[in-house]
Amino acid sequence: MAHVHIPALLRAATAGREWVEAPGATVGEVVAALEVLCPELQGRLVCDGRLVRGMAIAVDGEISAMGLLEPVDGETEVQFITAISGG
Amino acid sequence: MSTPSYNVIGTRPPRHDGADKVTGRAIYAADFQMNGLLHGAMVRSTHAHAILKRVDTTKAAAFPGVVAVVTADDFPQTPDRIVDLGEGETPVSHLRGNVLAKGKVLYQGHAIAAVAATSLQAAEQAAKLIEVEYEPLPCVLTAVEAMADGAPLLHGGDTNVTAHVHHAMGDSDAAFAGAAVLIEREFTTATVHQGYIEPHAATVLWNNDGRVNVWCSTQGSFVVRDVVSCLLDLPVSQVRVTPTEIGGGFGGKIPVYLEPVAALLSKKSGRPVKLVMSRRDVFEGSGPTPGSMMRVKIGADADGKFIAAQAFLAYEAGAYAGGMVGAGAMCVFAAYDIANQTIDGYDVLVNKPSTAAYRAPGAPNAAFATESVVDEIARELKMDPLELRLRNASREGTRRADGPKFRRVGCVEVIEAMQAHPHYSAPLGEPSHAEAKRGRGVAIGYWFNIGLPSSCVISVNADGTANLIEGSTDIGGTRTSIAMQAAEVMGIPVDQIQPTVVDTDTIGYTGVTGGSRTTYATGWAAHDAAQDVIRQMKLRAAKLWQTEAVDFADGVFRAGERAMTFAELAGKMSETGGPVVGQASVNPRGAGGSFAGVIVDVEVDTGTGKTTVLRFTAVQDAGRAIHPSYVEGQMQGGSVQGIGWALNEEYWMNPEGRMMNASLLDYRMPTILDVPMIDTQIVEVPNPAHPFGVRGVGEANIVSPPAGIANAIRDAIGVRLYHLPMNPPAVAAAIGGQK
Repeated sequence: MAHVHIPALLRAATAGREWVEAPGATVGEVVAALEVLCPELQGRLVCDGRLVRGMAIAVDGEISAMGLLEPVDGETEVQFITAISGG
Repeated sequence: MSTPSYNVIGTRPPRHDGADKVTGRAIYAADFQMNGLLHGAMVRSTHAHAILKRVDTTKAAAFPGVVAVVTADDFPQTPDRIVDLGEGETPVSHLRGNVLAKGKVLYQGHAIAAVAATSLQAAEQAAKLIEVEYEPLPCVLTAVEAMADGAPLLHGGDTNVTAHVHHAMGDSDAAFAGAAVLIEREFTTATVHQGYIEPHAATVLWNNDGRVNVWCSTQGSFVVRDVVSCLLDLPVSQVRVTPTEIGGGFGGKIPVYLEPVAALLSKKSGRPVKLVMSRRDVFEGSGPTPGSMMRVKIGADADGKFIAAQAFLAYEAGAYAGGMVGAGAMCVFAAYDIANQTIDGYDVLVNKPSTAAYRAPGAPNAAFATESVVDEIARELKMDPLELRLRNASREGTRRADGPKFRRVGCVEVIEAMQAHPHYSAPLGEPSHAEAKRGRGVAIGYWFNIGLPSSCVISVNADGTANLIEGSTDIGGTRTSIAMQAAEVMGIPVDQIQPTVVDTDTIGYTGVTGGSRTTYATGWAAHDAAQDVIRQMKLRAAKLWQTEAVDFADGVFRAGERAMTFAELAGKMSETGGPVVGQASVNPRGAGGSFAGVIVDVEVDTGTGKTTVLRFTAVQDAGRAIHPSYVEGQMQGGSVQGIGWALNEEYWMNPEGRMMNASLLDYRMPTILDVPMIDTQIVEVPNPAHPFGVRGVGEANIVSPPAGIANAIRDAIGVRLYHLPMNPPAVAAAIGGQK
């Protein structure tokens, strides 16, 4: 089960929980499982198969280049963070 | 961890582009010439907020020498959609609307129309003949004003707030109850421009075969390609972008302004068209960094351990959504291990140019607030300010409020280096006159750095040299820092590798030169391409020697007693299978953020309020410094820009939203006369994710200088300033208020 960090603005959908465990071999599968566990998250993290606008995925503290296809395992921390660029 | 032994990494070879640049032979975008070239001129809004009732180009089109005139109506009116073309996810309508306004202008300087003529003079005169009828609307110029009830709305709806970011960890409200020291302060910062010396410039030829060729000054040729193809509704393959040399960018040359307009003019005229911004155009029509309002509250226990923190950040987005508050909210407390945090950030539309990234975008504002409050806590606790920071410093495993834990980072090592630096224990010296007071300040800051895709191709020559091509615009000597990584792998001197930045047809997709990513990511691609070369060369040696086991080290291939240098084997490429071309594309994760800090001594003239920076030391974790001189150059450049933020730079806007200081005479950037020699100390905490341990170094260095100078001024005069810039009138007023 991946450990998913729920962005603070979405914690109403998880009864205030900051972390939720969800199964899956990729971030995309984890999100799909998360949406079953917490239906109010549907469309809030992923919409039409894509991350919602302005969001990026961090896996174990590092921003993932693979996004929803990033592999995860039982010890993986998944975070949904603000997409950043830089100057 | 033992330090690897390198032959090239860590040395200071001359830069490959040095000769062209010091002899004036380097070609910048405004230098570009072609047969039949037309010159363009833009018409820009004289109002900060107005409905465009009428744009009449009739007289301009009839002006002698004019060949084409365009407005927003000339763009293909494709359906709106969200795209991510390198500037973050944005509606196409916003990209298009920022390039040429349609229906409404949202800031003074907003482009409305453009003219192409046989001479620049004709184009400029014709542009003045374009009649624009405005219906002025009330404008709003700061985030606070724009968030107020009843504020003028830029894009309709019911608010100018385009995004709210919220991070929460623990229970900060409850934890504050246990604080021995609790400091809460409000800060503001002015709108500041990146201030690159070279204005935006582009030449475009819409060829008869339908191909669009662009030559321009950009931090991201592929971004330009993708934006031009998107706005002109062309296949990406029909657009080729050649980046010229670039005279600075700092994030401000990631957005695309001129290229789609020049393309429209070229299409209409059938000739190449060049557009060059004036300095006024740059200030009024290209992205500055956001002005901001911030409230920061930090509580510490009696031992100086931070137990809770809260931040409210309201950043100006400018005319379109997509400002820098997201990164600011992620950076505001990133330097510290604080269990209880609440952070709210707001991206707010105002009638100013759409903000663009500027070196660690969003972080210097936030650090100004946080590091000022940390300084006050140190004073309350009568604790050494670096000791306080060290006690709370982020380290491997520290969790940020936005969720991720830090991997290996160098915050502690940076603070320890600051403590040990001779500057920190040196006497301040006596003030230069009776009204002068001296003070010392410190501050630290963080920037993430990013990855993004990069591509590299290395062709081996028969004489043992190699040509390396890449797609990263060279800013700060990246040609050489990238080539050095290839040279290290290939075991040859870096002057045996000729690096060239090529056009978008010639190299695989490469992200922007920004986010402190180029030496990290394109350097990684060069490393991998060089490994590909060595892999192929080993096969050639194996073929020559009729063996399967070939080793390679220090530039020599070996199999048993047989040995051959890289150059000797390169001379046998033809008979062993033909050219050797190594290539690699990467999209790495693990950029490895960088911490940096400053120690600043100032002297304040209490009569005039003028602050003089006497001594300035910048310390930064570079991971591994590929070319230490370039790392030092980045540290010095970021420091000088930070001094500008701190002491002088700001957009002076009148109530109607007109910038009153749109020239480098009136917009006061630091010059060589305003800054001391910036001393640098590179800290090396290798990034475990990179083959050579590289962390990007281009941005973290601007984060802490404004706060460091604010803390030094407070130390000198006993009064804290809460607004940037802390120019002489502001300092004098603060001193006056204290008397």
